[in-house]
Amino acid sequence: MSVSTMAPLEPALKVIADLAPVTEGRIIPLLQKLQEAYGYLPRDVVLEVVRRTGLPASRVFGVATFYSQFRLTPGGRHTVRCCRGTACHVRGSKAVLSAVKSHLAIDDGETTPDLKFSLETVACLGTCFLAPVIMVDNDYFGSMTPGGIKKVLDAYQ
Amino acid sequence: MSYPKFVNPQDLDRFRQQAVKAEKSFRARVLICATGCRSKGALDICEAFHTELASRKLDKEISVVAAGCHGQCSRAPAVVIEPLDFLYGGVIPEDVAEIIETTLLKGKPVERLCDRADGKLAPTMKEAPFYRRQRREVLAHCGRVDPKKIEDAIARGCYAAAAKALSMTPEQVIDEVREAGIRGRGGAGFPTGVKWGFCRKATGSPKYLICNADEGDPGAFMDRALLEGVPHQVLEGMIIAAYAIGAAHGFVYVRAEYPIAVEHVEIAIRQARACGLLGRNILGSGFDFDLEVRMGAGAFVCGEETALIASLEGKRGMPRARPPFPANQGYLNQPTTINNVETLANVPLILEKGRDWYKALGTPGNTGTKIFALAGKVNNTGLVEVPIGTTLRQIIYDIGGGIAKDRPFKAAQTGGPSGGCIPAKFLDLPIDYDSLKKIGAIMGSGGLIVMDENTCMVDMARFFMDFVQQESCGKCVPCRVGTRHMLDILTRICAGDGQDGDIERLESLGHEIKAAALCGLGQTAPNPVLTTIQYFRDEYESHINLKKCPAKECRGLFRYRIDEKLCKACGRCLKTCPAEAIKGEKKVPHVIDQQRCTLCGSCFEQCKFDAVLRE
Ligand SMILES: Cc1cc2nc3c(=O)[nH]c(=O)nc-3n(C[C@H](O)[C@H](O)[C@H](O)COP(=O)(O)O)c2cc1C
Ligand code: FES
Repeated sequence: MSVSTMAPLEPALKVIADLAPVTEGRIIPLLQKLQEAYGYLPRDVVLEVVRRTGLPASRVFGVATFYSQFRLTPGGRHTVRCCRGTACHVRGSKAVLSAVKSHLAIDDGETTPDLKFSLETVACLGTCFLAPVIMVDNDYFGSMTPGGIKKVLDAYQ
Repeated sequence: MSYPKFVNPQDLDRFRQQAVKAEKSFRARVLICATGCRSKGALDICEAFHTELASRKLDKEISVVAAGCHGQCSRAPAVVIEPLDFLYGGVIPEDVAEIIETTLLKGKPVERLCDRADGKLAPTMKEAPFYRRQRREVLAHCGRVDPKKIEDAIARGCYAAAAKALSMTPEQVIDEVREAGIRGRGGAGFPTGVKWGFCRKATGSPKYLICNADEGDPGAFMDRALLEGVPHQVLEGMIIAAYAIGAAHGFVYVRAEYPIAVEHVEIAIRQARACGLLGRNILGSGFDFDLEVRMGAGAFVCGEETALIASLEGKRGMPRARPPFPANQGYLNQPTTINNVETLANVPLILEKGRDWYKALGTPGNTGTKIFALAGKVNNTGLVEVPIGTTLRQIIYDIGGGIAKDRPFKAAQTGGPSGGCIPAKFLDLPIDYDSLKKIGAIMGSGGLIVMDENTCMVDMARFFMDFVQQESCGKCVPCRVGTRHMLDILTRICAGDGQDGDIERLESLGHEIKAAALCGLGQTAPNPVLTTIQYFRDEYESHINLKKCPAKECRGLFRYRIDEKLCKACGRCLKTCPAEAIKGEKKVPHVIDQQRCTLCGSCFEQCKFDAVLRE
């Protein structure tokens, strides 16, 4: 790994200090806070958690890779979340998801090369009355159609 | 605002009287759903009311409340005006001045924002078809209080039931809940009082209480609404439960996808702590209890109780075999009770109104009400609370307003990935925990997804199997490998490559997985497949033998065509097609280029003349 891609450790140290003592039971809240600070979980940061907790690296990485919330690579500036829940499914979310994929030319879990958008699918956004729903960052877009994707996404810089 | 610390129940009651008085100083209240409806611009409406009322100097007599969910989400953003009880739907900031002028000053409804019943105006919630046949008990205060203000909750009697419970013995509390007959609302329907009794009797200390707010069933959102709209009601239920089992520490485990719920619960905990309703010596009873919020990290299986506990302990969220049950060995191997949000929200009602009142709701063995999240192809989507034992027809037609575009009903799905698809012949079956189980479905958490003729049942089964496959934790082979095989078979059937014997293979795999899987996820995963085979076998056969999808949903087994006689050449389809697959000019019927068509269905949805055919 080249030095330029290394994430600075200071924010991590602050998060860790705030939550100290870092016991095994608090790994998930800790990783959540770290991801909030960095947007993802940089490898060095996770290794720092390993050093601080004295837990085996396999345990900490095991947790970080089990839960779909955690990402080990940087995401795009905007996150597009497509709901793949039941209510959205019966209202045509499959076609909406394919339209997003083909518009961004990426697959679920990937980021566009210009680091503008990341694409995720979620089990249900809890806004089933808007089905089919997509979310871009914190904005909801309901009753989506494949044809409406371009307009929604083009509004983001 | 800073809160006084209550050292006894009298302090709580005094505070309640003050809160009621403060509320009465306003002659009207505007209650805007600022939770679910936020996605449709509700916060702008709050803002508009504040500005407009202030500029007319009415802000001292009319209060504006950023409240929780009113239930009828299809009319979002929804606004309720008290005391008239008018419910307005689809409100935009431009409507605000007129609402103030017409309704708040003259007491008349703004007609265009009202619901209708049999063609007549139905401005009040009492008249509106969606509410008329509901029995909103657990949701009674949802949408009627500001969830960020404990004084609003207390004004409506919140925490009085906890005070009452603390004056009883734990055994008496357990008795009351057991005799009321409430069964867990998280899915399995286990009697709550019995569960508490096990934990009370278990040896070991400390004991823990966990509120399961992981709400994984995609299509269910009642737990979200309760936590966002009436967080104090859930906390009160937790205090009562903790006292009954003897727990001093509790967790609320909320999914990370619900940021508003997390925020509101955290605020509620802080306020309850300030008031002395959490912490040491609650209301002078000598009982100590405190709570923390933990966020899920996006794993469906963590809704399962042993996986949830593993996740709280900082491990990968993998379930383990039971017994031992959490009541004996749960969090950190200590006795632990896990209850669902809705279960806990019922508890204060039982304590306040008594077992007999509660038992009178619902049917014997299935007491109380159930909240359903009505979604899919139904006109009124939202949260519906009815006595258990109400029929699907009443829920979908009387309350839900029937199927969108008046299409025929095909099936209702309950219980999410663990549940089943219920066909039309059971529309008049009273739904409860036992009746649903008998027909192969389950109550689950109460997600109720309505499907019409355009939903393919094989594709639905494939959809759920795909979901389970993605969410399987991988610990046990039947679930990890078995569901993969089922998914492969379903995928090939949907692609038109189904083989003779596939239906039987699905059935035998399904029964084996049910028998052998480690946790509830795998044990119930075949249900959607088995029920669709049971009730819609002809659709499977059509896919396999005729290579046709009767619902015209499976790619490759149908195509779109524009009927040249019906086409008015309006250009709507042409504009909406994302693949630029439609050709046509003014006055010339349009044509779909089958090579370019991606089968997204946009033209089909957009056409106003039903000229786009699926065949
Ligand atoms: C795969 C799986 C997912 C579950 N998801 C949830 C859930 O999201 N919320 C919930 O309350 N219970 C869920 N349950 C049920 C819990 O294991 C547990 O039975 C429930 O929380 C107990 O609460 P109750 O007795 O109040 O219903 C799930 C079970 C399984 C097997
Ligand atoms: S199913 Fe899509 S928001 Fe619930």
